[in-house]
Amino acid sequence: MLNYRIQRIPYSIKLGVSVILMIVLFGMALVFGAADTNVRDVLSAIFTTAPNDQAIMLREIRFPREVAAALVGAALAVSGAIIQGMTRNPLADPGLLGLTAGANAALAIMVAFWPSVNYFGVMLTCFIGAAVGAILVFGFSSFHPEGFTSLRIILAGATISAFLYAIAEGIGIYFKISQQVSMWTAGGMIGTTWNQVSLIAPIVLIGVAISLMCSRQLTILSLSEEMAVGLGQRIRLIKSILFVLVIILTGASVALVGNLAFFGLMVPHIVRSVVGTDYRFVLPMSAIVGAAFMLLADTVARTINAPYETPVAAVVAIMGLPFFLYIVRKGGRSFT
Amino acid sequence: MVRLQAKDLQIRYGDRMIVDELSISIPDEQITVIIGSNGCGKSTLLKALTRIIPHQSGSIVLDGESIVKEPTKRLARKIAVLPQTPESAGALTVGELVSYGRFPHQNRFGQLTKRDLEMIDWALDVTGTKFFKSHPVDSLSGGQRQRVWIAMALAQETDMIFLDEPTTYLDMAHQLEILELLQRLNATEKRTIVMVLHDLNHAARFADYIIGMKFGKIVKTGPSEEIITKPVLRELFQIDAEIGEDPRTGKPICITYNLVRGE
Repeated sequence: MLNYRIQRIPYSIKLGVSVILMIVLFGMALVFGAADTNVRDVLSAIFTTAPNDQAIMLREIRFPREVAAALVGAALAVSGAIIQGMTRNPLADPGLLGLTAGANAALAIMVAFWPSVNYFGVMLTCFIGAAVGAILVFGFSSFHPEGFTSLRIILAGATISAFLYAIAEGIGIYFKISQQVSMWTAGGMIGTTWNQVSLIAPIVLIGVAISLMCSRQLTILSLSEEMAVGLGQRIRLIKSILFVLVIILTGASVALVGNLAFFGLMVPHIVRSVVGTDYRFVLPMSAIVGAAFMLLADTVARTINAPYETPVAAVVAIMGLPFFLYIVRKGGRSFT
Repeated sequence: MVRLQAKDLQIRYGDRMIVDELSISIPDEQITVIIGSNGCGKSTLLKALTRIIPHQSGSIVLDGESIVKEPTKRLARKIAVLPQTPESAGALTVGELVSYGRFPHQNRFGQLTKRDLEMIDWALDVTGTKFFKSHPVDSLSGGQRQRVWIAMALAQETDMIFLDEPTTYLDMAHQLEILELLQRLNATEKRTIVMVLHDLNHAARFADYIIGMKFGKIVKTGPSEEIITKPVLRELFQIDAEIGEDPRTGKPICITYNLVRGE
């Protein structure tokens, strides 16, 4: 058991600390960056309408970007936690189940055939791609008469993801648009505008809110389907709702930042090591910790080699891996 | 009037017939034990009676209403099911797990009411698991864990409790502990208990009513004295059993047995 003392701390305190941490990281993300700013600039950008360069840069570039980072972090972490609970598979992750690859392939097709589409179209493309990817994976793995097991889902996910990435790549090469495609898929949060954020924010927030309302259902489902039926859950309905939530949250994330492997896998595990496996506690905590983690990762990505950007995916992997390996080694209050 | 009845039940997995033209009434406020050899369909019957798995034809009626039509949540306030060796509860604590037994009584937002908390407390108390309330379920021993799952079923506050082999993987003392707990619940709370058991002597000792199954059909039903007999056990299990009387309970007891050869 990982640190019995940590588990004894009341949940409200753990959540409170995480929220404070997230707010602090949000502040730090605003203060630090390639352009020189300090706390006073940030405050004046928020609380005054001073039209100086610093304030405008903060308001128009850094603000939307960090709001986006927090949203994407929360969305990916929550969707990762939902998939893991639903499939009772500790390795599940939107990236491993074909959702990210599907959105990716859809983006490539979009750039090739409708390059002038607006941002709403981009988002819709990502949703459709994520849904197609997920349906392919679950469809293939349920061909087997015994239905889909954890292992079969992961194998199908890996295979279909590879296939979908190949399609995206192939389209990129054939239509000579690799660069435009990778701008969408590997661009991180560079150039996020208020326009984009205002479109995605309500979707992510509503998605997370509905997820939180389903958290008890998810815990029951994560025990076993027989148990869930016995307790009076309408499992088909609940599974469909959860499935749609995952597609929406992942699709919205890909529309904003492109591929971010590993994040949705890692954050829920880190969270479980602190709050256990009751999704009433895991989901809200995942949202907060996911947002905080992404803010930190993006701040590092912007500052470590300023004025050049380091890919946020690389930062996530490098920061997350050691911690993740530590938890894997310790076992934690995670999956056994 | 019997509350739970199945009529002409047929259950198939794919094209394999598991339960065939089976009709049964579950006696109210009694302990019913289903026995039969491996693969005879006893677990399947238990699951079908609790709508965990669908049946292809026939009917299952509880309180005059088909269990297929009744809202599943309402059904969960009447029947609690404990599937065979429930899968890992992950790192849920005992208190968390047992509180989910209240799920069918809760509204969408799931605030635990005073009544919920009382029932959870009572369930932990009566199963002797209160001490472990904040421990992760998976850190407990097999016997403790089984009691926790039963506590969850009890918190569900149902008149009927169905259990699939609740004593598997437990040592003799812990097996008895579980069965005596269920017997107490039946005696003091008038709960209807239906379970699948493998141990014939446990079945004989604790059951008011035994259902003997073979090849998806019921061979014979009745009290222990009528089922735990040489001819019925021969029919059910192909064993040649020596039956005596338990000097403490007066129930039939299978003293020793051989396989019946050459049939």
